[in-house]
Amino acid sequence: MAKDHAGGPEDLENIIKEVLEAYPAKAQKKRVKHLSVAGATEDDADAVTGIASKCDTVKSNIKSVPGVMTIRGCAYAGSKGVVWGPIKDMVHISHGPVGCGHYSWSQRRNYYTGKTGVDSFVTMQFTTDFQEKDIVFGGDKKLEKTIDEINTLFPLANGITIQSECPIGLIGDDIEAVSKKKNKEINKTIVPVRCEGFRGVSQSLGHHIANDAVRDWIFEQPESENTKAFEPGPYDVNIIGDYNIGGDAWASRILLEEIGLNVIGCWSGDATLAEMERAPKAKLNLIHCYRSMNYICRYMEEKYSIGWMEYNFFGPTQIEASLRAIGAKFDETIQANVEKVIAKYRPLVDGVLAKYKPRLEGKRVMLYVGGLRPRHVVTAYDDLGMEIAGTGYEFAHNDDYKRTGHYVKEGTLIYDDVTGYELEKFIEKIRPDLVGSGIKEKYPVQKMGIPFRQMHSWDYSGPYHGYDGFAIFARDMDMAINNPVWGLFDAPWEKAPIAAE
Amino acid sequence: MGKLRQIAFYGKGGIGKSTTSQNTLAALVEMGQKILIVGCDPKADSTRLILNTKLQDTVLHLAAEAGSVEDLEVEDVVKIGYKGIKCTEAGGPEPGVGCAGRGVITAINFLEENGAYDDVDYVSYDVLGDVVCGGFAMPIRENKAQEIYIVMSGEMMALYAANNIAKGILKYANSGGVRLGGLICNERKTDRELELAEALAAKLGCKMIHFVPRNNVVQHAELRRETVIQYDPNCSQAQEYRELARKIHENSGKGVIPTPITMEELEEMLMDFGIMQSEEDREKQIAEMEAAMKA
Repeated sequence: MAKDHAGGPEDLENIIKEVLEAYPAKAQKKRVKHLSVAGATEDDADAVTGIASKCDTVKSNIKSVPGVMTIRGCAYAGSKGVVWGPIKDMVHISHGPVGCGHYSWSQRRNYYTGKTGVDSFVTMQFTTDFQEKDIVFGGDKKLEKTIDEINTLFPLANGITIQSECPIGLIGDDIEAVSKKKNKEINKTIVPVRCEGFRGVSQSLGHHIANDAVRDWIFEQPESENTKAFEPGPYDVNIIGDYNIGGDAWASRILLEEIGLNVIGCWSGDATLAEMERAPKAKLNLIHCYRSMNYICRYMEEKYSIGWMEYNFFGPTQIEASLRAIGAKFDETIQANVEKVIAKYRPLVDGVLAKYKPRLEGKRVMLYVGGLRPRHVVTAYDDLGMEIAGTGYEFAHNDDYKRTGHYVKEGTLIYDDVTGYELEKFIEKIRPDLVGSGIKEKYPVQKMGIPFRQMHSWDYSGPYHGYDGFAIFARDMDMAINNPVWGLFDAPWEKAPIAAE
Repeated sequence: MGKLRQIAFYGKGGIGKSTTSQNTLAALVEMGQKILIVGCDPKADSTRLILNTKLQDTVLHLAAEAGSVEDLEVEDVVKIGYKGIKCTEAGGPEPGVGCAGRGVITAINFLEENGAYDDVDYVSYDVLGDVVCGGFAMPIRENKAQEIYIVMSGEMMALYAANNIAKGILKYANSGGVRLGGLICNERKTDRELELAEALAAKLGCKMIHFVPRNNVVQHAELRRETVIQYDPNCSQAQEYRELARKIHENSGKGVIPTPITMEELEEMLMDFGIMQSEEDREKQIAEMEAAMKA
């Protein structure tokens, strides 16, 4: 059984070679470029982690090999599921046949406040439910009708987005014309998004397309009354790329407000259309998920001269470093607040570490997540004395792997767009103490006798951001690794018989 | 009743596919064949000469009104025309919206599944000029038409289109079983037209089925929404179509897998026939013209 490999070899280069042997030559040639071991670099060590390794030797953001089980999503998933979906006071239409909408219904745990069905719509699902005749004769009329129905049924919805499924791009429906027409008629923001699933190699292009739609259909439109009435202040910031999974954005917001900043927009977890619209009035953009929202930050920098910086609220080391870095962008009052806040939470951190570090120290983790967490959560594990044996991204680009070198040490296994087979084999050979990935990976890994935590959804827990989140994070990792169930893994009849006296 | 025979007419837009096919089918019905015409063009004008009127109730429009094709009956969409020829049109969206190709697929599947093909000897598909997408290739896929007849003329673009269609047939010939029945040359009175058509047929490895001479009676008949066979059954042109019908009828099972040629080969062929100048000849001509201008 799988546990045979316990304490087995860890020559990672050879493990890669061995795993690839299962593929035909052509697939081997393609996949070998995505698998690597973090190497040495002459770059300076990261100021916070003290780490410098070379991780951008793997190829990334390339089409998956046909026939493998990739864990990636599509452009529609990137736009509807990630960027637009969490905006709570807009209705997001899955435009096309019913399946894409149904299977993306409430897929992410982006929490929000509000009355669902009255002024908030995140966990609801709207679709134009294309039938054959809509494909043949075009679906624009049906889209118009859907928009009218939404406007009648949900008068407090502040806007509508149209999330294109594949057929929209194939039959060439003019959803932009429909948006303009309906915008005039109902006087609400209507955003057409050309995020057809077949575009690009993963959900990553969907993020980009969604960012561009924000630019074209929100920023480059006449200023709304809300935005005109907004009075900017010197400490206004936007949280960008926090989708409030399990309440992450709220945990982050607490800290930023405690140091004296005024969060005027959170993109896009628990966000409103008004927050999106007034974003250009902020002094600084604070970006958590760089991969999915760097595009709009760069645009705001170019167009409105708003600076942006990346930060990391996973684990006390990164939280402290990030708070200080953010403080450095503002005056001494804020900087003094930062120190106060850090001091305030130190007892909490000390308490968490005292309780969990002895239980988790030296435990080894393998991660496989989306476009940010494979590096961002690394220091949180490090704070608990845990080590990263391997990490990889579903849809990262080269700049993400470059940044990964500041988080993981030389000798860490790196896998890009890993296939179901490869990941299983790597886990089997390395046998880490914990694997952090998604729902599809959870049960196979647990059946291999290895503890698992879902790192997309926080396994129905969270938040993991901020100090509050760290306490929960530590508890959850302990709960998974030190669960007594692992001691019961071997069936009693399979245990070696006791020698007869 | 013998085995159901399915044929399709393809060719460049405006070449006279619908006219040729309807006249031919009108002649076939005289030979005692039971025929179903499936118009696969959103314009829905493949059955106008047989019905003596433009068919209004296309499969897709009725389906859109009723909700979906499942709500239709075959009787709703099949109309009877000249000497009992059954006529149906797929129909489709107005230009610029939706997906006409998907419409063709939907309509053909509907007709087949609902028994429109029962009790006929011939099913004839009349397809939009350019095979722009998979939908319009439907009649040559999935064991629908056994033979394709390409309507062409001596014009360069018609030859080019014929060659392209042959490529499409080749693609599906091995997986399906579709064959190229042959070329039908609809005379345009271009230079050495018959020879050129025969040369292309030779290149494609198929027959030049028939050379249909140009005759104004076709126009006269068409203005009255009639085939020549119906309008003036004794004229020479009607005889031509009867001849074509006879040849197609006898061509059953004799289709070939075409051997389409490259664009270069096609141009070379046109040069050989003196229709297109070679680069050198053209340069020489320009030089001569310039010299004449100076003189």
